[in-house]
Amino acid sequence: MRIGLIVNPVAGLGGAAGLKGSDGTEVQREALARGATARAGERAAAAVRALLAARPDATVVTVPGPMGEAAARAGGAEPELVAFAPGEPSSAGDTRAAVRALAAVDVLLFAGGDGTARDVLDAAPGGPVLGIPAGVKVYSGCFAVGPAAAGLAAVEFAGNTTEAEVVDLDEQAYREGRVSPRLYGTLTVPAARVRLSGRKTGSTTAAPATVEGIAREVVARMRPGVRYILGPGSTTRAVGRALGSEGTLLGVDVVADGVPIGTDVSERALLDLVDGHEVAAVVSVIGGQGFVLGRGNQQISPRVLARVDELTVLATREKLAALGGRPLLADTGDPATDARLGGYVRVVTGYRESVPYRIVPASEESVG
Amino acid sequence: MTHPYIPNAEPAVRAEMLAAIGVESVEDFYADIPAALRLNRPLDLPAPITSEHELVRHMGALLGRNTDTTEVLSFLGGGCYPHHVPAVCDEVNTRGEFLTAYAGEPYEDHGRFQAIFEYVSMMAELLEMDVVNVPTYDGFQASGTALRMAARYTGRSTVLVTAAIGADKLSKLHDFLAPDIEIAMIPVTETGEAAAFTVDDSVAAVYLEYPNAYGVVETRMAEIAELAHAQGALLVVSADPIALGVLAPPATLGADIVCGDIQSLGMHQSYGGGHAGYIATRDEPRLVAEFPSRLFGIAPTAVPGEYGFGDVFYDRTSFALREEGKEWVGTAASLWGITAGVYLALMGPEGMRELGETVLARTRYAMDELGAVPGVRVLHPEGVHFREFAVEVADADALLTALRAHGIFAGVRLDAGTLLVCVTERHSKDDIDTLVRAVREVQG
Amino acid sequence: MGAVGESFAKLPIEAKPPLRRFHQARWDEPIIFELSSPGRRGIGVPEAGVPAVELPAAVRRQAPPALPEMSQLHVLRHYVRLSQETLGVDVNIAVGQGTCTMKYSPKVNDRFVSDTRIAELHPAQPEDSVQGVLEIYWRMERMLAEISGLHRVSLQPNSGSAAIYTNIAMIRAYHASRGEGEQRDQVITTMFSHPSNAACAKLAGYEVITLMPDADGHPDIEALRAAVGPRTAALMITNPEDTGIYNPRIAEFVELVHGVGGLACYDQANANGILGITRAAEAGFDLCHFNLHKTFSTPHMCGGPAAGASGVAEKLVPFLPGPTVEFDGERYFLDADRPQSIGKVRPYLGVTQNVVRAYAWIMALGAEGLRQVAETAVLNNNYLQHKILQIRGASAPWGRRRLEQVRYSWEELYEETGVHSEDIGVRAADFGVHYWTSHHPYLVPEPFTLEPTESYSKEDLDEYAAILAHVAEEARTDPEFVKGAPYNQTVHKIDPTCLDDPEQWAPTWRAYVRKHLS
Repeated sequence: MRIGLIVNPVAGLGGAAGLKGSDGTEVQREALARGATARAGERAAAAVRALLAARPDATVVTVPGPMGEAAARAGGAEPELVAFAPGEPSSAGDTRAAVRALAAVDVLLFAGGDGTARDVLDAAPGGPVLGIPAGVKVYSGCFAVGPAAAGLAAVEFAGNTTEAEVVDLDEQAYREGRVSPRLYGTLTVPAARVRLSGRKTGSTTAAPATVEGIAREVVARMRPGVRYILGPGSTTRAVGRALGSEGTLLGVDVVADGVPIGTDVSERALLDLVDGHEVAAVVSVIGGQGFVLGRGNQQISPRVLARVDELTVLATREKLAALGGRPLLADTGDPATDARLGGYVRVVTGYRESVPYRIVPASEESVG
Repeated sequence: MTHPYIPNAEPAVRAEMLAAIGVESVEDFYADIPAALRLNRPLDLPAPITSEHELVRHMGALLGRNTDTTEVLSFLGGGCYPHHVPAVCDEVNTRGEFLTAYAGEPYEDHGRFQAIFEYVSMMAELLEMDVVNVPTYDGFQASGTALRMAARYTGRSTVLVTAAIGADKLSKLHDFLAPDIEIAMIPVTETGEAAAFTVDDSVAAVYLEYPNAYGVVETRMAEIAELAHAQGALLVVSADPIALGVLAPPATLGADIVCGDIQSLGMHQSYGGGHAGYIATRDEPRLVAEFPSRLFGIAPTAVPGEYGFGDVFYDRTSFALREEGKEWVGTAASLWGITAGVYLALMGPEGMRELGETVLARTRYAMDELGAVPGVRVLHPEGVHFREFAVEVADADALLTALRAHGIFAGVRLDAGTLLVCVTERHSKDDIDTLVRAVREVQG
Repeated sequence: MGAVGESFAKLPIEAKPPLRRFHQARWDEPIIFELSSPGRRGIGVPEAGVPAVELPAAVRRQAPPALPEMSQLHVLRHYVRLSQETLGVDVNIAVGQGTCTMKYSPKVNDRFVSDTRIAELHPAQPEDSVQGVLEIYWRMERMLAEISGLHRVSLQPNSGSAAIYTNIAMIRAYHASRGEGEQRDQVITTMFSHPSNAACAKLAGYEVITLMPDADGHPDIEALRAAVGPRTAALMITNPEDTGIYNPRIAEFVELVHGVGGLACYDQANANGILGITRAAEAGFDLCHFNLHKTFSTPHMCGGPAAGASGVAEKLVPFLPGPTVEFDGERYFLDADRPQSIGKVRPYLGVTQNVVRAYAWIMALGAEGLRQVAETAVLNNNYLQHKILQIRGASAPWGRRRLEQVRYSWEELYEETGVHSEDIGVRAADFGVHYWTSHHPYLVPEPFTLEPTESYSKEDLDEYAAILAHVAEEARTDPEFVKGAPYNQTVHKIDPTCLDDPEQWAPTWRAYVRKHLS
């Protein structure tokens, strides 16, 4: 089994230095000046240790130097190196080049944060990837819970994959105290399958909710004549698929009477499409902090939201549970709109299943 | 006295544990229960019987007010049957390890998994079907679930159900299939079998019983299966496995889902407490995906020659086409499955055949003899009967009461003029003759 | 006096090591079909003694079923061996199956049900011949009515989940009887209520609204406020929830639902810690259910038969499943004339053996004994929690106040070692104990749920905690060893891959032979 490894050596630098991220050489220099150390190398080594313990015969394939080789050796591997010449210090472009250089592996591990995940996404990897969480910001779904878990998931991979969202914050806005997550796309990751043979014979809910189940519920409740705005995200895209159309992952679509009437629309087009109709907006939770509306879907602007009669949020119960009791966040850029959206919103969690969940203006909730 | 069931009620231990936790009293743990919700008085219950001997006496006095079927001559069936229970069945199902186990992994509960796997495997041989579930509650539930499976599988919502079905079971089906599945009845002819009926493309399943509520064996099953299949409907058959040593397995006659109760296979009557249900299908993934219940399968281990077990098709939900009407999985009747396995292993192919032949012959003998009594009319005399038959009399209640005085429970009352008589391998020719004599006497 | 021989060990015998050197029975037993030999028999059958009947060809079995052919001893031996490869309450410290309330099932109670005056009773016997068993049903119903504070109790359901289904069917019938059946199409439950509440409600045709826990681990009451309305049929809620946390605002939850005309249904699967302390009635509930195989001690039997009890307030009595057991002051009788009844939920009156066992158990304890059961179950749980939370890598979300069980997490241990909760559980069984993780969905990561009940001693709890501490330490020093478990059990590590592959899976021996041996 061949496991690829890429380390973003500067990931995590900004965290210890209180810089809320490590994107950009300026920030990295500042962090180093503050005495910060990057965590990515040691986290990647821990992942390598775990995967070799489970599969001593696994081959770690990586690039020379700090972007992989060093961590692989620190983790006890004799890595197979591919030809690659990174810049110094490494840049996003290096990450992309490394992904392309490591195309011939079973699973590609990368150590970093959301910024690194975006670079991996941009390189369009050919096979499944999995993040070793090592960044300051780890809100994307493509990361394992820890280094050991990432290493094990890689060697236990047996062909089942799933799509995980890549989300990142605008770091500049973040430092100014404004958080706005944005969905950048999805990566193919190994589907972890917990198999509990002897689990209690005690009852289970007959059907654990699936994205398809959520989509079916949304479609089942659609009323004739209503214009449905579908926000970005893989769950909302599944609604389009349930209607038999493709829809967009990152854009905003509009459907009416089961038919798409607008794909990847702008705010202007959106306002035209909803004019004179009853309007419902269907959005998903973007990232790990509970944002349902951020600048990532600014097409659904305050002006559009003023026309929306009904807001529905889509999320699995696991995603809601991961919030640990924290509310969902509205961040439209307009405090008055955010305030108007506050209260309890219907979150569809499965077929004929929903959760009433609190949503508050982002400005009221400190995220960080 | 420290109660024998509560070791840590002993005050010194209790104090030691509280000290270790660092709390004053047990009351601290209950701080979340508001005063307004407290029951501030002792429960109003009978005084406890703390010695085992006195408890045995108390229970003995209650049980003494029952007269059981070993003390009288009972011809009661109608869904709960007096078959002989081999001693080994009771020996195995009272083993403390089986009796008190629950939900371990296939390692520490390997024996539970293997015993249930063997049970479903022996049922599979009897039924000639490849997939049989870990037992569900009872035959009522098995029928309800099988019909829901058929509805999900076909995407249709009407089921045609034979009218030769027990009233209680039909009541359960009406409740369990509400609100989304419609039941239409198939009438019964003079022979006791299903009348001619039509099937259209709204029908999810045709449902028959084998033998049916009158003890009659449907002989047109293969024909009915073709009728259902021609319209894309499934044939669902509830069959008592005790009859399958002699009767053709429904699957060989075209049944798609076979279900039923296994109480006959080694369970005591226990005032209706010995029931467990089975559901069986062919090995078709789409059909298997519709089982709400667990399926145990065989799996290799790290050691050559070792049998391991586990749940088959663990994540069936992701294969399911429809989420409507999915059911829960829960604690149902596993121990009766293990027991039925013991029963089938003891009986073997020949035992099942012999038992079937004995029951067929005695049923017919009882029908002939009772039918010859003036004032008694055997229903569906031309039909093939297994174990049960209905008789019409002038006054069922009067007859039952009169025979009760003779130490005979003559049958289950179906209505004011109809009785259902049950004959198993436990009823000798003499027993049947005794019944017939008594009926003659009280009718005369 | 001369030497009596060479010795290789001496007296006194040394003290035992801190952990038990357990090894489970490993019989390496073949599958029963492999023990078959043509012509053998395990039991004889009476011959007909009357003329044989020829079946028509259309329904005659063509080939005999391929059942095993074995002598009686060999059938017995095979099954006794399998029983020894099964870890029941009788042989282990069964505190690990949280939510299941694995308590001691008194042996004397098993005798009552093997007595022919229970075992050989037919449910359709004339009433005068079953006065004893009817009295047990009647008295049991009265006792459970007192324990819940509700008006009547049906003992018909087969299990806890079946009782939940029975309750939702009665709720449906109640609203229909008031002309509100169509309007009230939503059922509200909570994330840590038993999942059967949601599953049964869905099956009965309801849309399910689930309340998530707030930051304290209680269901969010503001979310309930947002959820209730004219469409609310019922609240179906467990308390304490499956986390062991009691919701102190439960009466407010009930009031909110009553305020919109809904019913409140109490899942009392976790009643073991509150017997005699607080009841469904005090909190204003309209319905509740108990699991006799949990709270009231009937054995779990490898997964049933169990027994459930559905309790209802007066306004729901007409909808109870029939028949009910009544008493006219002299004799007990069955009342089947119940026009508004939901009908049958199972054959006959109930799982009689378990009703008898549970009745005898309550009679052996009385009011004071039940309270002692509750207090001891809660003390045991808090003591075990105290021990478990000293183990590095184990945690319990939402603070420490728990009643009878705790849903713990190995998340920290997993992040550090990559060893899953399931792996820890399998390895723990090498020391003769085991545990259950929890229900899906796994809201608590890497969960394990422990419920000590009142049956176990302080020494038992110390031993259990010591085993988990040892395995957690093993996970840190040698995670692969833990993941390779079991070592001292019935079989070795199982490869489950084939179980999910339609080409390979073998749900019966027949399928196995067809796919792999032909």
